[in-house]
Amino acid sequence: MAEAVDLKAIGTRPVRPDGVEKVTGRANFGADLSLPGMLHAKILRSPHAHARIKSVDLSGALAMDGVVAAISGKDLPGGGDLGVNILAKDKALYHGHAVAAVAARSAYIAEVALDSIKVEYEPLNPVLSIDAAIADGATLVNESMHTNGDTSQPASNIAAITKFERGDVEKGFADADVVVEGEYRVPTAHQGYIEPHACTATINEEGKATVWCCTQGQFDVRSMTAQCLEMAVSDIRVIPSEIGGGFGGKTTIYLEPVAVKLSAISGRPVKMVMSREEVFRATGPTSATLCRTKIGAKNDGTITAASAWLAYEAGAFPGAPVGPGCMSVLAPYDLENFAIEGNDVLVNKPKVAAYRAPGAPQSMHAMECTIDELARKLDMDPLELRLKNCAEEGTVAPYGPQFPAIGLKACLEAAKEHPNYTTPPAEGQGRGVAVGFWFNIGMQSSAEIRIAENGAVTIMEGSPDIGGSRASMCLMAAETLGVPYKTINAHVGDTEATGYCNTTGGSRTTFATGLAVIEACEDIITQCKQRAALTWELDVDQVDWQDGQAVPKPGVNADVKPLSLADIARSAGRTGGPLLGRASLNAQGPGASFSVNWTDVEVDRETGKVDVAAFTAVQDAGRAIHPSYVEGQMQGGAVQGLGWALNEEYIYDANGVMENAGFLDYRVPVTSDMPMIDTQIIEVPNPSHPYGVRGVGETPIVAPLAATSNAVRDALGFRINDLPLSPPRVLEAIDANG
Amino acid sequence: MAKVHVSTTVNGQPQEVLVEPNDSLLDTLRDGLGLTGTKEGCATGDCGACSVTLDGRLVCSCLVLGVEADGKEVGTIEGVADGDGLHVLQQKFLEHAALQCGVCTPGFIVAAKALLEKNPDPDETTIRYWLAGNLCRCTGYDKIVRAVQDAASELATPA
Repeated sequence: MAEAVDLKAIGTRPVRPDGVEKVTGRANFGADLSLPGMLHAKILRSPHAHARIKSVDLSGALAMDGVVAAISGKDLPGGGDLGVNILAKDKALYHGHAVAAVAARSAYIAEVALDSIKVEYEPLNPVLSIDAAIADGATLVNESMHTNGDTSQPASNIAAITKFERGDVEKGFADADVVVEGEYRVPTAHQGYIEPHACTATINEEGKATVWCCTQGQFDVRSMTAQCLEMAVSDIRVIPSEIGGGFGGKTTIYLEPVAVKLSAISGRPVKMVMSREEVFRATGPTSATLCRTKIGAKNDGTITAASAWLAYEAGAFPGAPVGPGCMSVLAPYDLENFAIEGNDVLVNKPKVAAYRAPGAPQSMHAMECTIDELARKLDMDPLELRLKNCAEEGTVAPYGPQFPAIGLKACLEAAKEHPNYTTPPAEGQGRGVAVGFWFNIGMQSSAEIRIAENGAVTIMEGSPDIGGSRASMCLMAAETLGVPYKTINAHVGDTEATGYCNTTGGSRTTFATGLAVIEACEDIITQCKQRAALTWELDVDQVDWQDGQAVPKPGVNADVKPLSLADIARSAGRTGGPLLGRASLNAQGPGASFSVNWTDVEVDRETGKVDVAAFTAVQDAGRAIHPSYVEGQMQGGAVQGLGWALNEEYIYDANGVMENAGFLDYRVPVTSDMPMIDTQIIEVPNPSHPYGVRGVGETPIVAPLAATSNAVRDALGFRINDLPLSPPRVLEAIDANG
Repeated sequence: MAKVHVSTTVNGQPQEVLVEPNDSLLDTLRDGLGLTGTKEGCATGDCGACSVTLDGRLVCSCLVLGVEADGKEVGTIEGVADGDGLHVLQQKFLEHAALQCGVCTPGFIVAAKALLEKNPDPDETTIRYWLAGNLCRCTGYDKIVRAVQDAASELATPA
């Protein structure tokens, strides 16, 4: 099934259907909506990283001219941790934690009015690192938190411990000729989407709310907003705007319940737009981590045992992506003996949110650096060492399932042959190699296919398009229906316009929503065959669908002309009514995606600055539906990973105040920092998808961290374990190493 | 604060607009004139999503006051395509898949157009440094740079 032959549309590179809107400024993003009579709301945020909130007095703000409504935590009773994160209740848990909100005639008036809200705080000692959080006698972020819910043990900042084990690790290490171990830290990094969070909400006298917002998942916004406001999901309609980047950061909510509540009080629409500073201080970054890794191997490179101890900062609420960190850390290897432990650690920092392959870049940074050190000790090529131990079809993954066909070996072999690898790095440069992995997800999707009277195809689906997925949907529909790409358009529906769909994330959209689109197209084909059979007075099993037309099957004696989709659509009123295809599913078998990356870097020994001279990404896409957008994912993920490796980090002062909450000081890569990013797409089809699709979005960010670290190691002749490899850290290390 | 009357020209059209003295040009364009193609990514001049031209010079509209547009000519993304079709840069951004989410795209196109008007034949390094004030978090810049290179070479080819 996966070996699709003679593909006509899939694999081509047409212009995306939403393209013209986006290059002309017409496309509407989160902050672009205005409604008549609209108010603007702003959030008051905690100046303390950890404090008891003794009282909140809104009266000063409410007395101001132009202020219409104000709320605090007690006005938002539901939603559990989510609700507490959106508006603090008894405690402020990080610097920037929302405490109150004001709606006013203008954003400026709302901002000024925040100063007139009186909040009485009792500051508490903030917990600001993993080491501090897990130390004996640590201050507790949450006094009622017990590890894994075990109340027989004392309260702890470790919310949960996850373990994966197999075989006999001690014996494995004892059998090894060489053992390598290390301790690695990766700092907090932000998704850094260019569009700040924004929403507009209105609620009528019947209690029916409408929310417009930029999100990766309109259905999750609906259910989360409903929980926080203790409303029925059916009373909230969520209309997703275009989304200006998310990378996981827009899979949760911060503003929507506040806007709905303020609209309910004021009787007017309420718009909220975060500033960039608020985005940094109060929306989900990803975890800072501490990872300890150890690998034992025979002299021939065969790994005999591996272990990983991972601790991930969750922010002030449980939920660090340490589970996926554990799942990923050893996924590229076929191992008899391993032990993995992951710790979800509370600190007084913003609640982490998903960030592209959540949890994998940090743990795999540690392990892929350790593998690199092993290769050095064994004097083996780093690709050869990985080839010797790599997971293949049939390997049981460390997290349980047996891999079906996977492309790791194909990626490693392609890398070995690649001219960018066979050519050595330039004089003075270092090269680093690493492997990336993401397991990918399926989950629920719906799609509807509507055929216009002229045969034009409209896809209605529910996955916000964050990087060209409408084009992928149209290509898969063109391939399945056998009609030209140009005759197809795809729309992302709101919660009332389309069937339920899980959030765009986990690299699920092209796989799972794509499956729904393909099945809905197959539904259309079934109907077209029925309509043609009716027209031709044949049995439906005497009709075939070929190249976008109904034709009599070979051997069927019928003197008829083929009927195109347009022919059938034109006469649909006489054959049973409009053509409407649909599918809904819970997609299984997403198919893991592996990558191999390498980079050549040059280190300026006087300044400590690392320049990226070349970067190559090889990745298994299963089948590239629109190769340009697959390359785009690989290139974009590479540069995000390079930014994290080289510069990006949250810098806190001793009180837990982020000192670099802006794009000037939290420096993401800019055009002049980067070379071209070379890509090679490998296609080992996913057996669970008719065209072989694997998700491709997450994997690209995983390997660049270790690849960069290993390249700097190669260039300097010694290793710097912690990220980022920013000029001050590199310079300090150069000075320390003479 | 009393609003200030501003007479300006936007994309060749005369415009009258009332602005708050503390409104940025970005606020004036988006909220005063309804031209929401220009985006706010930071409001501190670090991301370039709000790039426009002011009397032909590339600026971050978040760093200019709305009142400063009085008597000046403003160029925004809405004025890049002429009545006949897309500008070559817009076409090349589409053909090269040089956008993913698209929120930085208006700023990149306005900035790249300003570059090509100043320097019709920029090399890769020149393009990368000129566009260093525009952040894109999706593409890794590769396809953006290629789109600008391709647009430059197409503009240089006699029709």
